Amino acid sequence: MIARLAENVSLRAAIALVLLLLALFVAPWFANDYLLTVLILIFYFAYTGQAWNIMMGFAGQLSLGHAIYIGLGAYTTAVLFSFFGVSPWVGSFAAILMAALWGAMIGFLAFRFRVGGVYFAILTIAFAEFARIGFDHLSYVGGSAGFFLPVANYTQSDLWTLRGKPIMFYYLSLGMTVAAVVLCHIMVRSRLGYFWKAIREDEEAARAVGINTFRYKLIAVVISAAMTSLAGVFFAFYYNNLFPEEVFSINRSIELILAPIFGGLGTLFGPILGAFMLTGLAETLTTTLAALGVDVPGAKQVFYGICLLLVITVLPEGVWPWLYRRLGLAGRSE
Amino acid sequence: MSALLSVDGLSKRFRGLVAVDRLSFQVDQGDIFAVIGPNGAGKTTLFNMIAGVFSPDGGTIVLSGERINDLSPDRICRRGVGRTFQIVRPFPALSVEDNVIVAALLHRHLVPDARAHAGEVLRQLDLYDKRAQRASGLTLPDRKRLELARALATDPKLLLLDEVMAGLRPTETDRMVSILKELNRSRGLTILLIEHVMRAVMALAARVLVMHHGAAIAEGAPDQVVRDRAVIESYLGAETV
Amino acid sequence: MSTDIYLNVAVSGVLTGLVYGLMALGLSVIFGVVRVVNFAHGEMTTVAMYFAVVLFATLGLDPLLMMVPIAGVLFVFGYAMQRWLINPFISRPEHSQFILLVAVAIILANGLLIVFGPDARSVQTSYAFDSFKIGPLIVDATKAFAGLAAIAVAAALFAFFRFTRLGTAIRACADNYTGAQVIGLNVPRLYALTFGLGAACVGAAGAMLALVTDVTPPLGPSFTLLAFVIVIVGGLGSMSGALAGGILIGVIAALAGLFYTPSAKGMFVFAILVLVLLFRPQGIFGRRA
Repeated sequence: MIARLAENVSLRAAIALVLLLLALFVAPWFANDYLLTVLILIFYFAYTGQAWNIMMGFAGQLSLGHAIYIGLGAYTTAVLFSFFGVSPWVGSFAAILMAALWGAMIGFLAFRFRVGGVYFAILTIAFAEFARIGFDHLSYVGGSAGFFLPVANYTQSDLWTLRGKPIMFYYLSLGMTVAAVVLCHIMVRSRLGYFWKAIREDEEAARAVGINTFRYKLIAVVISAAMTSLAGVFFAFYYNNLFPEEVFSINRSIELILAPIFGGLGTLFGPILGAFMLTGLAETLTTTLAALGVDVPGAKQVFYGICLLLVITVLPEGVWPWLYRRLGLAGRSE
Repeated sequence: MSALLSVDGLSKRFRGLVAVDRLSFQVDQGDIFAVIGPNGAGKTTLFNMIAGVFSPDGGTIVLSGERINDLSPDRICRRGVGRTFQIVRPFPALSVEDNVIVAALLHRHLVPDARAHAGEVLRQLDLYDKRAQRASGLTLPDRKRLELARALATDPKLLLLDEVMAGLRPTETDRMVSILKELNRSRGLTILLIEHVMRAVMALAARVLVMHHGAAIAEGAPDQVVRDRAVIESYLGAETV
Repeated sequence: MSTDIYLNVAVSGVLTGLVYGLMALGLSVIFGVVRVVNFAHGEMTTVAMYFAVVLFATLGLDPLLMMVPIAGVLFVFGYAMQRWLINPFISRPEHSQFILLVAVAIILANGLLIVFGPDARSVQTSYAFDSFKIGPLIVDATKAFAGLAAIAVAAALFAFFRFTRLGTAIRACADNYTGAQVIGLNVPRLYALTFGLGAACVGAAGAMLALVTDVTPPLGPSFTLLAFVIVIVGGLGSMSGALAGGILIGVIAALAGLFYTPSAKGMFVFAILVLVLLFRPQGIFGRRA
C-alpha cells in the first residue's frame, strides 16, 4: 500500500502538487530572511531524508551512520574549493565518487559477511564514528579545530562558486529536493524499485524469485550515499565551517532519519512532509518559548522529544500515509 | 525424453543427523514428479538443496546437463527453477499484482511488460480480480496461489512445489490440481512436488519417489508405489489413501 | 618508560572496563530478553551519574553507597518505561523502536540540561587521590573500589538469573516467547522486570562512573556507543561476554591512549567493533549461533 502511494496520483493530488511547487517557487519574494533560513533547513532535511529513504524505505537497510556521507561530501568539495579553487559543481563529482566508494565498501563488507538488522545499523554507526575521530586527527583539513571556507560580505550571488546570499541557497535546496523526488519517483517505479521493495519485504523470498539481493542492496547503498554526499556539499558551502565533531556526529545521522520516519517510510512525500513538520515544530517551539519569556536551554528539545514520542506511538506508519487516506488522495480504495 | 533434473548420490547432514542420504533420481522433461514420505523424511531439505538454500555435503544436482550444486538461490532461479515455500512468504506490504511483477521482472526489463505478463499469470490462477489487494490480507488458499503465481512468473523450466495443497479444502485442492495439470499440458512445464495430500499426488504425478529417513525406499508410478510393502509400513499405514 | 607503566595502565583499564562492562551488561540483558536495543542507554547512565553527583554535593553521600538506592530508582524507571512506553513497540520494526528510544534520549538529555545546566559536574571524595601499592603496581583507590563493586553487582545479577524462580522465568521468556506465554508466564511483566534490571545495572554503573569521570548532559550518545561496542565484542545477549568485553575494551582503550594519542583511542575501539561485526558477529566471547 505504502509503495503504491505515488503510483496512482489522482487529479486532485496533481493539482495540489503543482500549487505547492508554485508557492515554494515564489515564496522568497514574500518571505523574510528568517523564514527563508527555516525553509532552507526544511529542504536540507527533505533532501537527506529522501536519500536515506532509498536505503531504508525502499531497500529495507537501516543505516544510522549517514553522517559519514555528509562529512565526506562536505570535506571533499570544501578542500577542492579552498585549496585548488575547484568549483563545488565540479567538486561534487569527486564528492559523489568518495561517498559512493565508501558506501560500496561498507555495503560490500556488510552484505558479504551477512551483517544484517541491528548489527548492520551499528556497523554504519561504527564507520561514521571512525571517520569522525579520523578527521579529528587529520591536520590537513584542520583536525578538530575545524575547516573554514573563505567568506566575504556578498552583494551578489555567485552560483558557480556557491558564494552568496540565502536566496541562492534557497533555490539550490529547493532544486535538489525536487530533483531527488523525481529521481526517487523514477527509481521506485522501475525494475530497480520493485527489486528493492521485494528485498525489504522478504529477502529470502526475493532470492527465490531470482533477485541478486547482494547486488541490489549494494546499489541502494551507493545511490543513497552519493545523494547524501551532495547534501554534505550544500552543508559545507551554506555554513562555511566544518568541524568533524559536528559533520560526522551521530546526531547528524539521527536528525536526518527523523523526517522520513516521522513522515512515512518508503513514501515519496513522507520525508518532505516530515521535514516540514519537524522543522516547523522546532521553530514554533523556539518562537513560542521566546514569546513566553522562557529562556531555558533544553526546553525546546524536551517538547520536541515529547512530540516525536507521541507521533511514533500514535502513527507508527508515519503521518503521510494517514494524511493521504484522510485527504482522499488515494486513487482507489483497498 | 531426456532428464531435466538429475540428482545423484545427494547427501546432507545437520550436526551428524543425516537428513538426506545418498539420494538419486531423475525428473524427465515434461514430467510431474512427486516426492512423498513421513514428516522429517528429508523432503524439504532435498528441495532446499535443489533450490540452492543449502549446499549438499555430497552428490550432484544437474539441471539440463549443467551442475547446479553450490549455486545461490537467485542464480538457480535464473537458470529456470521456480519454487514455492512450505510456509508461504509473499511480500506482505505489496499488492498481489506487485508481488507477481517482481518475479516477472526477472526476465523482463520494463515494468509494463512485466505487468502484462503478471496479468496473464494472475488470470490463470484466478487471482486477477484480487490484484490490487495487499498480499498480507489474502486468505490462505489465495496466498498459496499467489506463491505459485510468483514462481510461475519467473518463467521456470522446472517448478518446485513444497506442499501447496496443505491446508486447502478438497474443492480448492481439485482446483489447484487442474491448474497444475493445465500448466503441465499447455506449457510442458516440469513439476517436482512435495505433497502429503495423496489425493492430489494420485491425480497429478506420473512418477512418485518415497523418502524415509533421508533415503529413497520406493520409486515408480503412483498406483504401483502405494501397493509397495515398505511404503505402506513406513508411511501410508498411518494415513488414509 | 618501563613495562611497569604498561602494567599500571592495563590494570587501570581493567578496572574502568569493569564499570563500563556493568553498564553494557544492562544493555545486553535488555536486548537478550526483550529484543529491544536501548538507544537511550547512555542518557540513562548520565541520569544515574547526576543522581550520584547531587546526593554527594547536597548530603555528602558516597556514590559507592548510593549505588544501591540509585540502582533502585533506575529500576523503577526502567520497569515503568518498558511497561507503559516500549511494550506496545515490541512487535514493531526496529526503526520504530529506534525513534521511540531516541525520543526518550532527547527528553532525558535535555531534561538534565534544564535542571543542571551545561557545566561539567564531578564528585570529589576524600579518597579521590588515594592509591594502593601492590608490588610494582600503583592502583587508584577509586577505580579499585568501583571495579570491585561492578563485579559484586554483576555477580548478584548472575545469581538472580541462575538460582531464582523469577530469573529462570525470564530466561524462559528469552528462549521462547510463545512457549513462555503458553505455560502461563506473564510476559509483559517479566519484560518490564528485565528492563528494570538492565536499568538498575546502569544505575549502579552510573554511580561509579561519577567517581571516575565528569558528567555533562550531552554525554549520553558516547556512553550508548561504548555500550554497543562492548556488548557486540562480548556477544550481544551474553552476560559474561559483556563484562569480558568491558575489560577488553577498557584495556585496549587505555593502552591505545598510551601508545598513540588519548583522543584517538576511539578509532581503535571502533576498528575492533567493525572487525568483530564482520568476522565474529556472535562476539569474541559468544557462542556460535
